[in-house]
Amino acid sequence: MMNVQAVKVIYKYEMLRAWDTLLQSFASPVISTVLYFVVFGSAIGGRIESIEGVSYGAFIVPGLIMLALLTQSVSNASFGIYFPRFTGTIYETLSAPISYIEIILGYVGAAASKSFIIGLIILATAGFFVELNVVHPIWMMGFLILTCISFSLLGFIIGLWAESFEQLQLIPLLVITPLVFLGGSFYTIDMLPPAWQTVSLFNPVVYLVSGFRWSFYEVSDVSVHISLLMVLLFASICLTIVWWMFKTGYRLKH
Amino acid sequence: MNSVISVTNLSKVYGGGHRALNDVSLDIRAGEILALLGPNGAGKTTLISIICGIVNPTEGSVIVDGHDIIDEYRITRSKIGLVPQELTLSMFVSVWDTICFSRGLFGKKPDPAYLEQLLKDLSLWDKKDNDILTLSGGMKRRVLIAKALSHEPEILFLDEPTAGVDVELRKDMWDLVEKLRQSGVTIILTTHYIEEAEEIADRVGVINKGELIVIDEKEALKHKLGKRQMIVELEESISSIPQSLTLWSLELSSEGDQLTYTYDSHSEHTGIAELLRAIDQAGLLLKDVNTSQSSLEDIFINLVNTPSQVS
Repeated sequence: MMNVQAVKVIYKYEMLRAWDTLLQSFASPVISTVLYFVVFGSAIGGRIESIEGVSYGAFIVPGLIMLALLTQSVSNASFGIYFPRFTGTIYETLSAPISYIEIILGYVGAAASKSFIIGLIILATAGFFVELNVVHPIWMMGFLILTCISFSLLGFIIGLWAESFEQLQLIPLLVITPLVFLGGSFYTIDMLPPAWQTVSLFNPVVYLVSGFRWSFYEVSDVSVHISLLMVLLFASICLTIVWWMFKTGYRLKH
Repeated sequence: MNSVISVTNLSKVYGGGHRALNDVSLDIRAGEILALLGPNGAGKTTLISIICGIVNPTEGSVIVDGHDIIDEYRITRSKIGLVPQELTLSMFVSVWDTICFSRGLFGKKPDPAYLEQLLKDLSLWDKKDNDILTLSGGMKRRVLIAKALSHEPEILFLDEPTAGVDVELRKDMWDLVEKLRQSGVTIILTTHYIEEAEEIADRVGVINKGELIVIDEKEALKHKLGKRQMIVELEESISSIPQSLTLWSLELSSEGDQLTYTYDSHSEHTGIAELLRAIDQAGLLLKDVNTSQSSLEDIFINLVNTPSQVS
């Protein structure tokens, strides 16, 4: 029997935490995205030709949403599980009649929901700056949701692994941010020299951005099916790592 | 009496090689108050943490009310409430929210009426909307107790409940413990305040260096391990113990006016009658005689210092 109550309260209180810090949770990603629009979309974008028939301002929208989604998912989920470890309140979750799947559902579910909401808000915000046209809305939602879940799982792993606030920031800073900026958010891969095009194919974010952009404009670096496969692969790898962490009690149980 | 928790050959070796528990076996009876005494680092918290599911055992097993704590953790954990030693609380949530969270975490449906009564019993009702951050240390301790009781557990663990707690809260806490016991809750508390164990517990276990040295009824323990002393006050001081009294290995006080005789309280032959007669024959005049029994504290210190003595 699943402990539904436990999943509910973890989810609810994680969402409440975001509500209490509304400005930080929702306003700040929106503000930074607006700034990107102003700088890249309007100021610089005006001097850039359209890419494959899409104006530069509109072209960067999917990438900007992904940028916010990825960083928010990772930071929300990592903080959500790291903080109880740091304060010691995790004792209660460990002593409760709750399985690791339920813990993941509660924490990762809440983190993913938050980034999903942020994604939608940014999408709506972008509508004020450029004319948006989503050709494949179901694919678009699919990519949005899968990205939120898989990167919240990654954040959860980081939150379980980190032993200090510094380590908590380390992976987002050293790994996620470069991957996102080099993941084709602001350009297409074929704008790069051939050697860097090959290197880019090892960057999972390239597949995300490409697939997500395809759902808007049918413009992509790689086939949308490969994109979907890569996202699913990434999510499975994260799930496997989380499963292993709980099974071994890694950093949670001695 | 039925045992509600059965610990069998439980050992715990931490990653660094530290053996925190060594082959501990004990049965905790339904409805009793068991006090676990022991110096810091003796393994009390490790024992509790294993039973509650926070620490994995290295060897041995724990059965709670007929269910294994690992294979049937959902059943065993839902029966147990834990008040941890440290004031570990989320600071930015209200008292009410945090106890609702705890209840839900343990799989119980919301029950505002029960939680209201619980907060009233703990004098927390008027603070229910306050953020935990704003509460005093004693109030935070009460919140931890409320959290542990929020899911109506049958077994309550109190890990050092009175460390750094003021007199009023300590009294409230013991009233609550008594009330819980009357409602059938089994209570296990760790402490290093021996008076506490002496006052409240039915049985006392002593843990030292990861081993359970002794566990018994409080009175039986005092009886079994306690020494009685008879102190004889003399009318006139003497400079040395008379030759005829050496048989009793008496101690003479520095002022020379008190003789102390230590004897085994449950021995068939205490030797008191003969001693008094011999004192009389030696020509010493008695001013007063009194006897005392060693407290749990004396027993505890004795046990911890010489663990081999009991086994």
